[in-house]
Order: sequence, then C-alpha cells, then structure tokens
Amino acid sequence: MPEFTMPSLGADMDEGTLSQWLVRPGDRVSRGDVVAVVETSKSAIEVECFQTGTVDSLLVPEGTTVPVGTPLALIEEGDREKPADGRPGQRAPSPPAVPEHPPVPPRGTTTREDGFVTPLIRRLAGERRVDLGELHGSGAGGRITRADIIRAAGTAAKPVSSDGRTKASPLARKLAAESGIDIAKVPGSGRNGTVRAADVREATQTPSEPPSAQTRSLPSAQEPALPAVGRSRKETDRTGTARLMARSKREIPHFYLSTTIDMGTALDWMRDRNTALPLSERLIPAALMLKAVACAAEEVPELNGHWIDDAFVPARQVRLGVAVALRQGGLVVPALGEAERRSLPEVMSSLKDLVSRARRGRLRASETADPSITITSLGDQGVECVFGVIYPPQVALVGLGRVIERPAAVNGLLGVRPTLTATLSLDHRAANGATGARFLNCLDRLLQRPEEL
Amino acid sequence: MNHDQARRFVQEAVQHVVPGADFTGLAPEANLRDTFEMDSLDFLGFVEALARLSGQELTENDYPSLVTWEGCARLLESREHVAHGGRSR
Repeated sequence: MPEFTMPSLGADMDEGTLSQWLVRPGDRVSRGDVVAVVETSKSAIEVECFQTGTVDSLLVPEGTTVPVGTPLALIEEGDREKPADGRPGQRAPSPPAVPEHPPVPPRGTTTREDGFVTPLIRRLAGERRVDLGELHGSGAGGRITRADIIRAAGTAAKPVSSDGRTKASPLARKLAAESGIDIAKVPGSGRNGTVRAADVREATQTPSEPPSAQTRSLPSAQEPALPAVGRSRKETDRTGTARLMARSKREIPHFYLSTTIDMGTALDWMRDRNTALPLSERLIPAALMLKAVACAAEEVPELNGHWIDDAFVPARQVRLGVAVALRQGGLVVPALGEAERRSLPEVMSSLKDLVSRARRGRLRASETADPSITITSLGDQGVECVFGVIYPPQVALVGLGRVIERPAAVNGLLGVRPTLTATLSLDHRAANGATGARFLNCLDRLLQRPEEL
Repeated sequence: MNHDQARRFVQEAVQHVVPGADFTGLAPEANLRDTFEMDSLDFLGFVEALARLSGQELTENDYPSLVTWEGCARLLESREHVAHGGRSR
C-alpha cells in the first residue's frame, strides 16, 4: 500500500514535526489535497498528498518529530484516477538524495485557494450539518477553516473531562501556554470537541469580533506569525541555514558574473501600464524581474537544475526559488513554478500570495520543494549588487540589486538611466563563464522588451 | 478629513502590512519604508490600504509624496480639499 512519507521541504531540512493531521482513517483523499501540517525549523507547512484513495491508517501521532522519508500514513489507492507519478507502491528508502519533483498541481490550485476544502473540513461540515456553499471562509485566500464551521454550527459547548479540565491535545496546551491563551476559551473541533493545535492557532489568528463597519478599519491581512513549536525556531532556523550555507561553500566551487542592465524601457512600460490600472492590479519591478529570470532559465537550461552524484541533472521545469525574509528574522525560499509560462499579472499575484503566506507560515509543501534556481534580491535594502551563496544542490543563484539612476552611455551620448546590477553565482563544476554570460545577456535582452514578457 | 485623521490613516495602513509597527515618537519626516523595513511588495500593500482607508485614488505619480508620515498626511488632506471644492480629479 502506498505510503505517505515525511517530505523534504527544503534542502536544509532533515526532520519535521507532524503537528496536525487534517484527515483521519477512512477519509477519501484526492491527489493535491492538504492532508497534514508539518512544522519545520522555519515554519509550518501544509503538506499535500500525491495519491488518490482512502486513508488506511495514520502511522505517526501528532506532535512527533521524524526524519525526512519516514512513512506517516498508508493510503489505499482508489480507482478514481490513475496515479500520474511513478510513486505508488514504491517504498521510500532512506531520505532520497534527490528530492523528487512533486507534480505541480493544476494551475490555479497552487495560488488560488478559493473554495478549497480539505477532506476533514468536508467531513466536519457533514457532521455538523453545515452547508459549505453558504460559508464564507476566513482562512488564507478565503479558505474555509474549522473555526468557520464551528462558528456556523453554533457549537459552543465545551467538553470537559472528568477532572474538570478542558479536553485538549498536548500540543494545543503547549501552544496555548506559549501564546498566553486560555485553553478553556478556545472552541474545540476535535473528536468530542477536544481542542486541537489548529484550534489554538486559529484562535490566535482570528480577531475575536468582526471589525465594526463604521470605523472603516481594515481586516488585517497579516496575521501574527504562528507561535513556534518549541522556543527556538529562529535559532534552529539559523543552524539549518548555517549548515546548508557552510556545505555550499565547502562543496561548491563558486564563481561570479555580473552585468549592468538598463531598466529605463522596462520601468517606463510598467509605469504606463500601471497608470491605467487599479492598485490591486499594478505590477512592481520585482514581478518583471522574476518573470525575466524564469524565461532566461528556460532559455539556458544548463543552469536550471541540480548537481547530483557528480553530474548536472537538468530540471524538467523552471521552479524559481524566491528568497523571502521573514519579519521575525530568518529566510524561507518558496518556489514559484512555471513563472516563464504565466502572464505578468499572474506572476505578480503569485508573488504577493507566496510572500504573504511565507510570512504567515502557510506555505504548501509543493511550494517549498526543490527550486531549480534561486533569486535573491536585496534591492529594497538599497545595495547595488549582491553575490549570493548557491543553495545546494542547485548550481546557480541570481542576485538582483537596487535599481539606481546612473550615468550611462546612450546612443553615443551620456545620459542618466535607471540601472540594475544583476549577478550570477555559479557552480563551476556544472557551468562555465560562457554559459553564465549567455544567461545574463538573455536576461538583459528580455528586460528590454517588457511588453513581450 | 483633518490632519490628525490623515495621520491616523497612514499609521493604520502601515500597521496593515507591518503588524505592530510602532509610531510612538516617530519624526513626521522620517522615511516610512526605511523605518518599518517595507519592501516594494509591502509598499504596494501600504498604498492599497491607504487608498481604501481614505477613499482616495492614489497613482504612481503620488509615490514621491508617500515617503514620510507627514508627506502622506499632507497629500490626503490636500486631495480632500480639492474634492470638496467641487473640482473633478
């Protein structure tokens, strides 16, 4: 029977904590359904399953930390659709050296969560006779959460165990204690109303009352960061990153290229376009740059992939790792899939969505899985250029500086132009200077024709 | 909208993208993006929030005025006066 295993959610992850199951034995699951929440040293990540079938058994209880590759559940495969990836039945041995490419869910599902309902929510709604169609989801992207169902069902009754204590899972108690919440006041969604970790998280995130209309206050889009499991997520994150970066510099013979790109045309084009559009549809230069980098990676596939067992393995598609700084410190690098094929507005909305969910600890597993090339942009911190450290096992990292007005030769005259310094850190085992030059020249060319991006 | 109201909108809009942003003792001419470490995506979110709160349209041409707390507040206030003067924007 196919196993659902602890996925690798980034090159620096060795183990993860299964913090919450979103399904139970007997539930029907479809490929792409979010079935569990895993805490890594960096953040909480929603993990999808890659099979369609019925959950047979859960092998690992909530709150357990296990190494990558450990079987977490057994899923009996149904016949609803043919498994499309070659995984079924295949046992995951030790943590795979090459993180597998999880199939990218059909376009739309990665970024738009409208109407997205997990099997558990479906079931909970059934149990409490709540019509999902009539619910307005308060979760990310309008997703229906447990709290919505509970609110709709008007369940307020709290089960109390015989000793007078509120029934709650150990992780829920711990989270409640850490965030200073009275567990007795949290609505429970577990069996018999037991308070589970997710309930506490929702309680810390959901404002207790809807904002009153007359004050015109905005519902906060940025929920407070999830309370870390354990105290030192930031510390463990640093160690994870430290290990990975040290390994990169130890193993990868880095070399660096740099070029200056005239951004005048691209920025003028963007400004003209933005003038005609409402704020919510406006682009920022970063969206143009991401798309251009993705297109360049497609044109120069020699840099888009991984160095595995002394050989370069090109990636099947471009998965752009975007380094996102978290407000509480630390860095996550979610991947933007197929940016080269999406329109600029799509790239822009994916970027907004990805960054805001990365900062709220609400990334999906498929979004953290092995980027094929990474971008770091320190432009907003005002520096001209950045030479980054490659994320193993990738072979290239693109560094984008700040767009600065500089004197430049334009048609034989001296002019002042907005310019961008783009750099490329390369693994010399996988690439030579000429390949890198081709990549940067391609990037330059693409940014001179923004209307074609 | 008076000046204080305008300043409150700016504060709320910043706090919308940077939860917990502390305005106590902030100089009116301090650069908001630098002070609260807003990247370009944050800044766009800030402008969106400010437009929604104030009910005013904000274009990219306004961005240079949206650097400081005071600058933002002055812009919102002046817009309001124009609107009340009956001229179309």
